[in-house]
Amino acid sequence: MSDVTTKELRIVGFLCNWCSYGGADTAGVARAKQPTDLRIIRVPCSGRVDPLFIVRALFLGADGVLVSGCHPRDCHYSTGNFYARRRLEVLKQFLPILGIDSRRFEYTWVSASEGQRWQHVVTTFTEQIHSLGAAPKFMDVEPKEFKLGARVSTPILPLGAGQDQPLKELKTAIKEALPKLEVVIGWQQGRDPLHAVPLFMRKAEDVDKLIWGPCNVHNVATYLREYQGHKVGLVLKACDARSVIELLQENLASREDLTLFSLPCQGTFDYGRVEQCIGRYTQLSDVQFTQSAATVMVDGTSKTLPYAEYMQSKCLRCTSRLPKLVDISFGTDPTEDAKDARESAESLPPELALVESLSLEERMAFWRASMERCIRCGACRNSCPMCICRDHCISDTRDPHFMTQADTFLEKLFFQVIHALHLAGRCTECGECQRSCPLGIPILALRQKLNRIISELFAGYQAGSDPSQVPPLLCYAVEEPKIKEREW
Amino acid sequence: MSAYSYLTAQEIPTLVERLAPHFEQVLVPTEQKGVKESVIFAPWTKGSPISLAKATVPPKAAVFPKCETLFSYKIEKDTQDAPKLTLNPEIYAPKTLIFAARPCDALGLNILDRPFLQSHYVDPYYAAKRDKLCVVTLTCPSGCENCFCHWVGIGPAATQGADIVLTAIKSGYVAQAMTQKGQELLEKCAFKDGTDKVPEVNQARKAAWESLKPAPDLSQIHSTLAQSFADLDFWTQETQACLSCGACTYFCPTCYCFTITDEGDAQSPQGGQRLRSQDNCMAQLYTREASGHNPRPNKALRMRNRVTHKYMTYKETWGAFACSGCGRCIQHCPVGLDIRAILLAAIARTTNTPDMQGGK
Repeated sequence: MSDVTTKELRIVGFLCNWCSYGGADTAGVARAKQPTDLRIIRVPCSGRVDPLFIVRALFLGADGVLVSGCHPRDCHYSTGNFYARRRLEVLKQFLPILGIDSRRFEYTWVSASEGQRWQHVVTTFTEQIHSLGAAPKFMDVEPKEFKLGARVSTPILPLGAGQDQPLKELKTAIKEALPKLEVVIGWQQGRDPLHAVPLFMRKAEDVDKLIWGPCNVHNVATYLREYQGHKVGLVLKACDARSVIELLQENLASREDLTLFSLPCQGTFDYGRVEQCIGRYTQLSDVQFTQSAATVMVDGTSKTLPYAEYMQSKCLRCTSRLPKLVDISFGTDPTEDAKDARESAESLPPELALVESLSLEERMAFWRASMERCIRCGACRNSCPMCICRDHCISDTRDPHFMTQADTFLEKLFFQVIHALHLAGRCTECGECQRSCPLGIPILALRQKLNRIISELFAGYQAGSDPSQVPPLLCYAVEEPKIKEREW
Repeated sequence: MSAYSYLTAQEIPTLVERLAPHFEQVLVPTEQKGVKESVIFAPWTKGSPISLAKATVPPKAAVFPKCETLFSYKIEKDTQDAPKLTLNPEIYAPKTLIFAARPCDALGLNILDRPFLQSHYVDPYYAAKRDKLCVVTLTCPSGCENCFCHWVGIGPAATQGADIVLTAIKSGYVAQAMTQKGQELLEKCAFKDGTDKVPEVNQARKAAWESLKPAPDLSQIHSTLAQSFADLDFWTQETQACLSCGACTYFCPTCYCFTITDEGDAQSPQGGQRLRSQDNCMAQLYTREASGHNPRPNKALRMRNRVTHKYMTYKETWGAFACSGCGRCIQHCPVGLDIRAILLAAIARTTNTPDMQGGK
């Protein structure tokens, strides 16, 4: 948008063709006096308003964005505004995590006959934006790094290396099931005994390579979309299984095609921390797992990795060891012992706690500093089990042209917003995006925030917990008990 | 004046300070916080901390930026005449120093030079930046678990591509001038003469070499890969775990593919820009044709392209590998896909199946 020199601010309005645009017209015909800051974009339905339009407008310099549609129950297309209401409310609550004041965005309903109401809405919203003043620009904020806070000190469930788990029985079971399956995906040792890589078992001798333990960080459910329509087996940790359930919820996988194997998981390594401890090395050997720590010989020096310190923060907060949905599993789930520890699970994860502790302006500085070092490698997207568009990501398309190739932190942050918003109500917080980021950008904070918003709005909904549930943004309710609408 | 200068560990910032006035931009490895620590080459200002660790991201952006404007354009309407088009070529090439790169990073620049400077067309954008670039490398004290520079013909103490080479010895660092440019710069820095430390330098470099595991013979790898080229089962098998993300290419000091896009409307007040940005061969858009046909529709073919380009086609064109063995593709791969393992598997495949030899 070009710079505005008068006292006018830049407000973008997305109005539905059938009601609010008509309402604005009615106000105009009636010569109702209105502020002139609003620039109207007519859309077929408020349900057509992709939340990304709003973020894009705010990123590109809009001081405020207004979305207005038909009143609920009065949508020209029956249900468009019911879907819109859910999406827009989620977006409104999400904006502050990016450093944007949520008052800069409002959505409301105006019918075609409500010329007066339209006048009232425009006047009120414009006054609101004027009282906030011109929107602070990301470009003007100095980048600033902030250190992550402390993690949960005591894990909810005891951590361990899982070396005493019945892996042998699991291997036998996989071998038995293998003839009927195209492939079973699990883990094998990678470049050294402290690193695992995904294993694709097609023959019985492949199964012997299967390992179980804290090195199995990868979420193998990510491979599922490649095998759609094929009979496959997956070896799953409890958190990975949630991704499978979510894919089932969305009909992106079929239960008959899947054979799910599992053992109780006792946590996996946070390699960012592990690498900092062991440093650069040429020779790594002799990995030993004890009750509370792993010891390893690195270039002749012994290093100890206590699990509580070196496992992923999601593992410290984990409350289930075995997946809810599994075909063949061995071992027991100690989840029952952990009921009293729920409270610490509800505390904020460190990434989100950090961002939430900052002021809006500091959040902009934080995201600027973080995203400036992003090199757009795409690891976060491609390692996400829920990123199902694969080769057809909207960030790559030229038409619609959502993103430019310009290498600015704002474009890169916008990419993260695309990813996060496309995961709203679908993300199972497996953390693969953040784990895969070679530059350690705490992008998980955006997904964590969205999950908490969704859970708050939709009766504690958690993605990937029940295959029969419909994800909340793929459905609607006529009355939304938790969504408080603007009283104007 | 000798080609060697000696400085203590505390004098590293002093060295940067004395070099800096001769440049418009000094890029030094800088530690970044986050959920894991990373090191990137960032512009240095007086007093900013310098990390001597191997950088997470190679310094190739100094000559081949993630994105650069080739030219900007604008169409202005004229009521009397036809609309007027203005084109403004932009070449941004500040005089740059890369400080404390590793030997593999410096070799990476040499690998980029061939296609950009030595083919039929000299790339003016690259040439302008390369011409004004000075590289100070720091030799590695040892190998590491991911790197394999000695597989591709250099080593932890290699000096190719560097103007000044720093080597850590027990009592500090020795800076060795490798080029005329480096020699002049070192003389201006006026540190103590380091000729007497040369034996120590050689010892440190030898120790670095000794820490390496033996390398396989890659002298015939181009023909080995040529023999495996058509074996799709082989490539499918080797790339099963690949996520097609492209991290391997963006973190590679030698990958030089780019895409060109026009951004912005020529008729808008701001005009538009033609941008060149780094592209990656793991993306479907990299090869998708206007018709919609994609000659590399899956990850096996994309990875085959990456591997064969690095060790076969580039070698056939330029006589050297397009890989400096830095190992970042292995370290930063979300699923730990190991390019070394693919090469070894290709070698094993041809030795185990002699009937396939001769290409099939």
